Amino acid sequence: MPSGRATTRPPAGTAAFSARGVTKVYRMGEVEVRALDGVDLDLFAGEFVVLLGPSGSGKSTLLNILGGLDVPTSGTVRYRDHDLSRLDDRALTRFRREHVGFVFQFYNLVPSLTARENVALVTDISADPMPADEALSLVGLGERMDSFPAQLSGGEQQRVAIARAVAKRPDVLLCDEPTGALDVKTGKVVLRAIARANEQLGTTAVVITHNAAIAAIADRVVHLSGGRVARVETNTSRMSTDDLSW
Amino acid sequence: MRAIDRKLLRDARRLKSQLVAIALVMACGVGAFLMAVSASRSLEATQAAYYERAAFAHVFAQCKRAPLSLADRVREVPGVAAVDPRVVVSVNLDLPGMFEPAAGLIVSIPEREEPVLNRLHLRRGRLPQPGRPGEVVVSEAFAEAHGMNPGFTFGAVINGRLERLSVVGVALSPEFVYSLRPGGFVPDDRRYGVMWMRRDQLAPSFDLDGAFNNLAVAVSPGASEAAIIDAIDRLTAPYGGESAYGRSEQVSHRYVTDELSQLRNMVRVTPPVFLAVAAMLINIVISRLVRTQREQIALLRAFGYTQADVGRHFLALVAMVGALGALLGIVLGATMGSLLTGLYVRFFRFPELRYHMEVWVALLAVGVTIGAACLGAGWSVLRAMRLAPADAMRPEAPAVYRPSIVERLGLDRTLWPSAKMVLRHLQRHKVRTAVSMLGVAATVAILTLGSFVNDAIDTLIDLEFHTAQRQDVLVTFNEPRSTRALHELRAAPGVIAAEPFRVVPARLWNGPRLRREALQGVPADAELRRVVDHRFREVPIPPDGLVISAGLAELLDARAGDELFVETLEGQRPTLRVRVHRIVENYVGTGAYIDMDALNRAMGQGPTLSGAALTVDAAAAARLYNELKHTPGVATVTIKRAALESFEQTLAENLLTMRLFNLAFACVIAVGVVYNTARILYAERAHELATLRVLGFYRTEIAGIFLGELAVVTLVALPVGMAAGYALCGAATWAMQTETHRIPFVVAGRTLAFAGTVVLLVATTTAMFVRQDLDRLNLIEVLKART
Repeated sequence: MPSGRATTRPPAGTAAFSARGVTKVYRMGEVEVRALDGVDLDLFAGEFVVLLGPSGSGKSTLLNILGGLDVPTSGTVRYRDHDLSRLDDRALTRFRREHVGFVFQFYNLVPSLTARENVALVTDISADPMPADEALSLVGLGERMDSFPAQLSGGEQQRVAIARAVAKRPDVLLCDEPTGALDVKTGKVVLRAIARANEQLGTTAVVITHNAAIAAIADRVVHLSGGRVARVETNTSRMSTDDLSW
Repeated sequence: MRAIDRKLLRDARRLKSQLVAIALVMACGVGAFLMAVSASRSLEATQAAYYERAAFAHVFAQCKRAPLSLADRVREVPGVAAVDPRVVVSVNLDLPGMFEPAAGLIVSIPEREEPVLNRLHLRRGRLPQPGRPGEVVVSEAFAEAHGMNPGFTFGAVINGRLERLSVVGVALSPEFVYSLRPGGFVPDDRRYGVMWMRRDQLAPSFDLDGAFNNLAVAVSPGASEAAIIDAIDRLTAPYGGESAYGRSEQVSHRYVTDELSQLRNMVRVTPPVFLAVAAMLINIVISRLVRTQREQIALLRAFGYTQADVGRHFLALVAMVGALGALLGIVLGATMGSLLTGLYVRFFRFPELRYHMEVWVALLAVGVTIGAACLGAGWSVLRAMRLAPADAMRPEAPAVYRPSIVERLGLDRTLWPSAKMVLRHLQRHKVRTAVSMLGVAATVAILTLGSFVNDAIDTLIDLEFHTAQRQDVLVTFNEPRSTRALHELRAAPGVIAAEPFRVVPARLWNGPRLRREALQGVPADAELRRVVDHRFREVPIPPDGLVISAGLAELLDARAGDELFVETLEGQRPTLRVRVHRIVENYVGTGAYIDMDALNRAMGQGPTLSGAALTVDAAAAARLYNELKHTPGVATVTIKRAALESFEQTLAENLLTMRLFNLAFACVIAVGVVYNTARILYAERAHELATLRVLGFYRTEIAGIFLGELAVVTLVALPVGMAAGYALCGAATWAMQTETHRIPFVVAGRTLAFAGTVVLLVATTTAMFVRQDLDRLNLIEVLKART
């Protein structure tokens, strides 16, 4: 069982995740779909990684497996010294609860809870969370804490989702198309929030996108194609989110 | 098949479990309706046909001894179609294997031919042969209780002499469809039976040769029964005639009629509750369906389907549910109706009690059910029809939530976000929350209603058998006797105490209102048979004046202080004017109570008694019963324990059957309501709950949120349902009271607890069933799906 809190986070530069020969095969009726086909990949503590690739390239499947939402058909995924591919449902839930922060394309806020309460929902079940207010301030929403999701714009909702994800000081932040439903300006605000969590909290950030422009803000860019890692690029310098445009 | 109809079928298939649950609730309503209607109509038809075929008399009269020639004069009364002058006597029986005395009623039949009225329907054997002594035909119920067949013999104390009677036949009579011993509540066929003997064999023993003491009279169609009764009363008065009475006061007829009216009343309570709950469920399911299919509706409208097409489309789905409910209901109603009819066969002795369901009744049920379903869906269907295509294409505006009432009251500090989610969600879906609560509350109410009868009966037993009547044995005499009879009873083996009572048949008038009612003479220091009100308080009998039961007061429209005109129908038949001193609330029967000495004085008699209440040493009971069996002048001996046992046994069987029906019905409603609520809740919250799972919530934690909402609905509904059940019991008490019987309005704590527990169990089981789906939540879908 993976253990360790934010305080025992893997030191920067060591491999947090290590995937070897990860294959995922879905059966859709009569057809077998090979979503991942022998992926080998290391993700290092504290780095900002962008998974880039067209639809169907396997990036979401990889993210789901890294996040403990799914298990590979074959191959191994290790989080530090624990084999995620062998954990049962309860252990995977515990892994998500203790180590992973998720950000979704469509925010997935609980509509009946205010911004603060949406964050509290997660901090209530975490061992060493930051106060909800602090998490919201971190994403620049200190003023809108008592608003319900229906009273917030899309960008604001996504920032609440990021606050919710980072409030428990996760080891890894997994973001699936976090800007997919947003305009450029709002998208940049959201990416800034993610980058800030990565820099200030040392959280490993993995962002899925098919928007190549975003790759510039990452430490490394993993290109996926047809369920395989096509290539990995390392940015010698990360672009500021303010300079992004698409 | 048109494409839109295919969509309908697929929608129905997708929602099948929810729709079936609703159809089942409807089926219960339709079933209860059809059961009551078809059983009552079957009973009614059977009764009418039997009365007609057996020439059941319309008017009955009792007298001391009248010459047969008087019957001819009665025949001449205008409107009288037929007259049967008979000898009807009560006797004590000595039955093999029974040490307790049993009583019987012997009714004469003409010497040679069959009776013109109240004809016997022979089940086995034959009628007694003219001139053959001791031959009797016995009633079927009595024969069954003792395994009697032609050839069976037993003893009867006929006018003081023990004689052997020989059974030659087993028969039914329209006069004794329901046979009740005098003073009994339920049939006790082991200890009470009806027999028929040829007049020439019976009359001489009672000094009624060439005479009669009972008249059965048929009235011509259109003739005035009241006028005939008046005429008979005038004619029989010189011969010790007691007031004649019509079928409405004939015991057997009245019980059958009361049962019919209770069945009809049943139709008014249960089925509407079921249909209303079903309509509300339809409302929540269809309104959810319309909401999730906004875009599809818009598409249909954009393609050119009219508003009416959209309306028809959804109504067709609703009609399918209604039709399924009605169909299941017809099957259920027919099954329960024939079961109920089967139950009646055991109490009501008709030659044949055929169950049938009329087509129009079934069609009516179908129509009402589909109507109720459409009514339930009406608002949502209208909304679907009115959706503007352009609006409907856009997704529905996001749900707007507000802090719940609990939070606005400042009680939220201790609330967890998950608890807030539950409360706010409930508050946002006010209508559905209210419908679900009402549905669960209705279940609790129906269960309370179905069980409270037990409490009522317990109270009744406690009041009648333990508080008012404290004797062990009640003895009545054929004729009023002097106090010597009391001394003899006191000296009989095993008798610890004997308390006399006096009964005088009378007609009570209050202005124009008349009621035949025996005056009950109660000794001043009564200890064993007391008058007790519904609150278990002893009611003292004043030395002058009457205490009358509330039922009698209502019939006579009498109030305390009113003066009644009392025509006694015994001995010298003095008439009295007596003031009503007090009206007493009681449950069973009507009664007029008067001080025994005052009654004897008014009758111009010294200390006289009609019978006595005894307390008995159990060890000597067998000897006492044996002596009483052979004591001349003893008309009936009623053993309280035996009466109570038969009362409890009969009722227990009946109540158990009704309670099981009720329990099954209530469970169906509870399942229907909770299942539909849970399903809709699940559909609405699956996305949210899956998100929480992704965020690291365990299954048990999201189940807590999911079940929390159902728990709040159920827990709030419980007290509401109990209160509603209590009110419903009150209404039922009122609706079920007949002229002679009232039901105590008592709802015991254990009844409410039973209702609550059953609903909690059913709700929990149903919710846990739906909860299993939480384990199958697709966590990956949620990352991609828009809410």
